[in-house]
Order: sequence, then C-alpha cells, then structure tokens
Amino acid sequence: MKEKFWRWLDGSREYLEDASDMDETPYREREEVKTQIRERNDSLDKRRGTRAVIRAEEKGFRLLYSWVAVISAIFLIGVLLYVVSYLPRYGQENPQTTLVARRYLEDGVRETGAINAVAGMILDYRAFDTLGESHVLFTALVCVMILLEKDRKNMRRGYEDYYRITGEGFYTPNRDGIMQAAGFVLLPSILLFGIYILLNGQNGPGGGFSGGTVLGSGLIIFTMAFGFDTVDRIASRRLLKGVTVVALGFYSFAKGYVFFTGANGLESHIPKGTPGAILSGGLILPLDIAVGLVVACTMFGFYSLFRRGSIGGKGKACSGKKAGTGAGTKAEGKDNA
Amino acid sequence: MDIIRNFPLFTIILSLFSGVLCLVLDAKAARRYTLGYEGVILCLCGAVFWYAVRTGRAVTYVCGEFPAPWGNELRFGVLEAMMACGFIAVLICCVVAGGRYILQDIDESKINLYYALINLLTAALMAIVWTNDVFTGYVFLEILTLTSCGILIVREIGRTTLAAVRYMILNLMGSGLFLLGLVLLYDVTGNLLMVPMQEEIAQLMAQPHTAMVVTMATGILTMGLAIKSGLFPFHYWMPDAYGWATPTSGAIMSSLVSKCYIFLLFKIYYRAIGIEVFARMPIRYLLLALGMCGIIFGSVSALRAENINHMAAFSSAAQIGYIYMGLGLGGESGYAAAMFHILAHAVTKSLIFLTTPRLAEASGNSLRFRALQGSALRDRGAGMFFTVGALSMIGIPVFAGFSSKLLVAMAAADTGKGALMLSVILVLAVSAVLNAQYFIRTLIRIFGDSEDTADKTAYFREDFILPMAALTGMNLALGLFSWLFTDLIRMGLGMFG
Repeated sequence: MKEKFWRWLDGSREYLEDASDMDETPYREREEVKTQIRERNDSLDKRRGTRAVIRAEEKGFRLLYSWVAVISAIFLIGVLLYVVSYLPRYGQENPQTTLVARRYLEDGVRETGAINAVAGMILDYRAFDTLGESHVLFTALVCVMILLEKDRKNMRRGYEDYYRITGEGFYTPNRDGIMQAAGFVLLPSILLFGIYILLNGQNGPGGGFSGGTVLGSGLIIFTMAFGFDTVDRIASRRLLKGVTVVALGFYSFAKGYVFFTGANGLESHIPKGTPGAILSGGLILPLDIAVGLVVACTMFGFYSLFRRGSIGGKGKACSGKKAGTGAGTKAEGKDNA
Repeated sequence: MDIIRNFPLFTIILSLFSGVLCLVLDAKAARRYTLGYEGVILCLCGAVFWYAVRTGRAVTYVCGEFPAPWGNELRFGVLEAMMACGFIAVLICCVVAGGRYILQDIDESKINLYYALINLLTAALMAIVWTNDVFTGYVFLEILTLTSCGILIVREIGRTTLAAVRYMILNLMGSGLFLLGLVLLYDVTGNLLMVPMQEEIAQLMAQPHTAMVVTMATGILTMGLAIKSGLFPFHYWMPDAYGWATPTSGAIMSSLVSKCYIFLLFKIYYRAIGIEVFARMPIRYLLLALGMCGIIFGSVSALRAENINHMAAFSSAAQIGYIYMGLGLGGESGYAAAMFHILAHAVTKSLIFLTTPRLAEASGNSLRFRALQGSALRDRGAGMFFTVGALSMIGIPVFAGFSSKLLVAMAAADTGKGALMLSVILVLAVSAVLNAQYFIRTLIRIFGDSEDTADKTAYFREDFILPMAALTGMNLALGLFSWLFTDLIRMGLGMFG
C-alpha cells in the first residue's frame, strides 16, 4: 500500500519507465518494449518481496482510493445540490441582477442593429469573448493537425506494409451508388441552407457557428460521395489554409478596429443599416461570414485529418514515394476491406 | 502618450493574428517572425509598465463602445504590466534557448504549428493578465489549456502522449469546475465584469443564504484553478508533463502557464470577489494548509525522483505551494510575497528546465541521475547556469529564491498569530532543508568525478548563452533589488482594488 501511495504521489507509472528514454522510444518496436517491461517487472518483484504482498498492498490502496473518490464525489454532488437550492428562482431574480440582460434585450436592436439578440450579444456587446472563442476553434484545429497529420515521426516502421495495399486512390472512399445519388440530391440544398443560415445570423436564429457547421457537413457528405480526389480539386490545402488565415485575420483586425475606435471615443463609420434587412447589424454579417468559413474549414479539416491524416491534399511528409503510409491507414484498411 | 492605453489590446490582437499567420509560414520564417513579434510585444508591455508607474493610476479600457456592465473591458496597473513584462521576457528566453531542441524533437512539417501554438499561448497569457472580465478570463483560459496540451503533445513520443492525456483530463476537469463556479457567481450577481460583480457580492454577503452561495462558488472556482495549476494533491500530472515535453514547452508550462492560472485566481479574489470578503472566507485556510502540504510532499517526492526533470517538476509542485501559502496568509505582505514568488519562480524554473536537456545530451541522452555523473564538467555552460538555478531554488541570498522565502516568512510574521507564524516558519525551514538536500545532491552528482570529463560542447552557442544570461540577470535583479520589486508590487496592489 505504501508503494502504491508513493507512486500515486509521484505520479509515476513504473510499467512505462523503460519505454521512456528520450532518444529511443519512438523507434523501438512494440514487442521489444513489452519484453523489457516484463523483465523489469520481474526484477522489481525480486527486489521488493513477493508478488503476492505487492498485489495485496495495491489492492488495499485501490480500495481506499476508490472509496475516497466515491465519497468525495457524493460530497461534491450534495454540496452542489444544496447550493443550487438557494439560487434565485426563474422570474424572481433580484431586479438589480437582471440589469445587464434587460439592456441586451430591450435596447439590443437599436444599439447593434441586429434583430437576433444572441447575435447582438456575442458579436457586438461581448465581441471580445467571441474573438477568443473562434480562436479556441483554431487552436483545436492546430492541435488535431499536430496529432494526426502524418509526418516522419508518427509513421512507424511497423506500418510500412500498408504501402503495398495503398495506391493513389486508396483514400477515395467506396464510390457508393446510394451515397452518390443522395449526395447529388441533398448537397445543393444543404449548401444553400448553410449559406442561408450564415447570412441571416443578424435577423434570426443562426449565424457563423451554426451556418459554418452546416456548410462543413455539406463538404463532408460531398467527400463521402465523390471521394477526396474530387474535393481536393475544389478545396485544396492551400485554399483551406488561406481561407482560415484570411477569415480569422479579418475578424481580429475588424474587431480590433471597433474596439480601438470605441475605447478612444472615435466614430467607427460602420453603418448599422435597417434592422431586418440582409445588410444590417454593422459588422455582424461580415463577422458571421468569417466565422462561418473558419468553422466550415475546421469541420472539413477534422474529417480529413481523421480520415487520411492530412488536410486538403497531400501534406509535405507524405508526398512522393511515401504516399499512403502512416498510422491513419490502418483504419482505412479496415474501411475498404 | 495616451496611445499607450491601447497597447494591451494591441498585444492580444497581434498575438492572435500571429498565431493564425504561422499556419501558412514555413518553419524558419515562423521562428523568425515569432521572435520578432514577441520582441514587439515585450516593448509594448514595457511601455505599458512605464506608463502605469509614471501616472500611478490604473486604467480601465473599454473594448468597443459599450461601457462597464454591458461590454468587455481590459484594465492595467503596475502589477498587471509587471506580470506581463515578466511573462513575455521569460517566454522569449525559453523560445530562444530551446530552439535547437525544437528542431530536434518536432517534425519539420509541424514546427510552424508549434510556433502558432506559442503565439496563441502568448495571446492567452496577455488576455488573462489584462482582462477585467471573468468570462474573458475563462475563454482565454481554454486557449491556454489547449495550447499547453498542444505544445506538450507535439513531441510525439509515447510518454508525452500519455502525459498529455492525463494533463488534458485533469485540466478539463479544472476548467469545468472553474466554469461551474463562474456560472453560480453570475447567477447570483448578474454580472461578469469584475467591478460590478464585486459591488453585488458586497451586498450579497450581508444575507447568510446568498453568502453561502458565494462562498461555495468561490470554493468550486478555486478548486478548478488549483487543479489546473497543480496544487497538492492535484500535482501528480506534473513530472510527466514537464519532464518529457520538449524543453521549451516544459519551461513555459512550469514557469508561465501554471503561474498564469494563479494570477487569474488572485485577480478574481481581489477584484471580482473583493479581497476583504475573501479574507473572511475559510477557503483561505484550506489554501494555506494545502500549500504547506504541497511544499512538504513535493519536496519529499523530489527527493525520491530518479530523473532530474522529475525532480525539477516536483520542486515546481513545492514552489506552487509557496505561492498558495502566500495567498492563504493574506494581508498585503502575503499577497505581495505570492506575486513576487510567481516572478521569482518563473525566472528560476525556466533556467533549470532549459539546462537539464543539455546536461542529458552530454551524458548519452539520459536524464537519470546515474548517467548524469560529471555531466556539468562535460558541458560547462549548462552546468554553470544549472547551478545558478539550483542555488536560487535552495534560497541562497543574492538570488531571487531567497527574497521570496524571506517575504513569505515576513508575511507570516505580519499576521500576528503566533501558532500560524510558527507553523509557516517551521514548514519553510523543513522545506529549505529538503530543497538543499535534493539540489545539492544533484550538484554533487553533476560536478562529481567521472571517467569521461572531456568537454563535449564543441560550441558555446550564443542562442543558449544569451537567454540563459538574461534569465540569470533577471534572477539576480529580483534577488538584489527585491525591495524595489516589492515596492512596485505594493504599488500595483494599491491600484488593484
């Protein structure tokens, strides 16, 4: 129990200790690592007494650990329920605390030019938070690219056999007749609907995030029906990256301009327009379009990364002879089988 | 000179845009661009610092045309500007000094993505330091969490993936708790900006029921940020995360990211909840107790570590304990000690995390103590700077570590409670002994006799020496002129309320 406690405190996972030497790990074969771990465990057992004692101690610690976990979870649930019971009921809030929300709802149309109060709130009153939020999405895209995009480090030697079963058209999903017919019928309406949602963010439910999601799913359906080769001709890697950079850059600088003029008491010269018209709500419409494009690119980027390990066309690392190798191909193999 | 009021906004917008721009640059261009623009950001922060000291007033900056309770706000005073300058200076040193390892550890096609993440991380640091709105704090805290996960996982070895998954799970739990606390506070106060929220809370504390809600919300929020910053008993993700990441990432995460969470927590205590209200809450004593436990257990774990980076990571857990102890002690001197220790630890720990890989490189790429025998003789430069960091961590006078320990002890004396003072000083003494034990042991190990003492560093590269010298200089400045920095922090605290 003591051992386990210290290991818990130290956060060390001994069974991986040997798999962790800085230089070798990525290239060592799995079986070799397993053998080493087994050998190490055996030597540990010899040094620290019999296996049975350790087992019993670990079992004791695990029992204690899970009991403490369960009790603290129950305690936290109880506390939260108790706290919630003292929160003000719906409609009976202190009028002072609804001051902010009231102005958003009552003066929103006049001050932001948007009939949709949510759009006015997130893209005008509290635009700074939304600026951060759209970059959260971009950060997620970068993290997924780091994880899944194929490069020399995550293409293992063990997977190179897949080179044989992969050709140029390997990433093309099965050209399924039903899928193609459905895509042929559905796609125009999906894209049109996405654009409608995107452009109407200031007047009704919708806006950049939801419209972009619909557009992105349209692109994904298109890929499923007609394959990556077709899509890459339209949405190449350069185009997707370019659109993301331009849209987010426009967002940052447009909003930065508004913040700057607002804070310094300058006139921003951005017309609010007539509430209800398509061209209304000041910057809300262009920002919605920017956010929508970023969301669509991100959605498609995620799909493409998970499916074939690169965004829009072949990445640097997998061009040329190495095309079609990589960890991602394992799933592909099953898919096509 | 009023244009300087806009600089905090510029730092955030510029960093966000730079992060996006790095997506289309290639590796070399991304590195050059990042270093250049970080230099610009440092200048901007320096200007803001100068402006705040000169005018002696805190400035509230309305983002857009809608004022306080409706729109977002930024705010800066001496303390915020000081933190921003310190963070950016350390960040630049980390990026420069770890540059060679970035090339080694990261695949070439992903180096630009790494710099994109560094830039987004800068944006998040800046936004959290400058914000006057708790929800903006949350949004950028999410960016900070995601980017720190990204810079950890980018090394793509099994160990970092494991560490990143664990880090991610705990951090998301922390974010969730933090958000829960914010939602509760928003529900009872109806505000997200710090100043109106504080006014509401001052009224709410008069009634026992609502006071209970506020206390619980503060507790939940504190728990969330404590998990994220690695307060005992939530520190066990640290060794893997800091130890196996590429050196730049390890240094940034240990010296900046966890400190930024603590700064946000302190900001919420001071500005959103109200420092007098917080001082009456029992959470304070919990923080004090956990900080003390963190110091002791972190040091004990560091003694048991077999790997130099794990030792440094556990020592980080102990140092986080000092900061929370300063917050728990309360009073102006306690908070000043905590803030000083944030800076002192940032400049010290980055020194250690950036030198250990070089020591390892001179000893067959192993970070284990046994292999490191005599490594400082094989790489003199790294050994020298590691010694500076170690002496500062132990708390030898002249270095920053000594001043911050002294400040914590003085804060304990200022509370005027005998038992509290005695226990804090006891913990400080025990931790000083433990610190000395594991760092001096390491120094003996790396300077010890070994068969192979030939200097392996054919190059005394300036891209390592210059940032290390800068960090040493900052360390010495914090140690020698601690009175100046304490005065500035106190001035900042005066503007903070």
